[in-house]
Amino acid sequence: MSDIKKFMFVNRKAPYGTIYALESLEVVLITAAFDQDVSLVFMDDGVYQMKKGQQTKGIEIKNFSPAYRALDGYDVEKLYVDKESMDARGLTEDDLLVDVTVLSRAEMGALMDEQDVILSF
Amino acid sequence: MLHIINRSPLSDIALESCLNTATGGDILLIEDAVYAATSGNAFEGKLRAAMGRFKISVLRPDLEARGLSDRVVEGAALVDYAGFVELVAANKTCQSWL
Repeated sequence: MSDIKKFMFVNRKAPYGTIYALESLEVVLITAAFDQDVSLVFMDDGVYQMKKGQQTKGIEIKNFSPAYRALDGYDVEKLYVDKESMDARGLTEDDLLVDVTVLSRAEMGALMDEQDVILSF
Repeated sequence: MLHIINRSPLSDIALESCLNTATGGDILLIEDAVYAATSGNAFEGKLRAAMGRFKISVLRPDLEARGLSDRVVEGAALVDYAGFVELVAANKTCQSWL
């Protein structure tokens, strides 16, 4: 279908400290519901959104991290994480909630060039 | 004095500015600032270097929310909300580096 566009969501903020991570997730699910080609990027502090083991009972905020595991149910399967950002935060792929594609900065930049729409959070 | 920081050290210079300005005392890391006290973080070296001048405390519920309570840097103390209040009460002044 010609009306399918390539949407990229660029997530650069840590979860809970601001509302951006949760809002991004909401818009991702809406976009997927319209059968668009959705990619999610996690870079800079955004890689923290993917961290396993989040327990939010103590701060009385909803833990939305399990939703990342449900994304493939909405045909959102293109998840990209920036390697440099993980390295700077002492994180490895084993620390992440779901399987992702790890990219270098150069690869990430090239992927951005392929998109029709980019939304930043 | 108690210094309270709530921003990630890799996206905001609040903690760095505090370390470069304050002469010493207590530092409490809350919200996104707790990332500063996790091992492997690029800011770890600067935090460790400041431990001689400052006593570093980290709010445990914020660490748990972010899935990082198992990798706090050695020398940082974990506190709960009651500990937060105790730190405020024990210091004559308190500065939030917003």
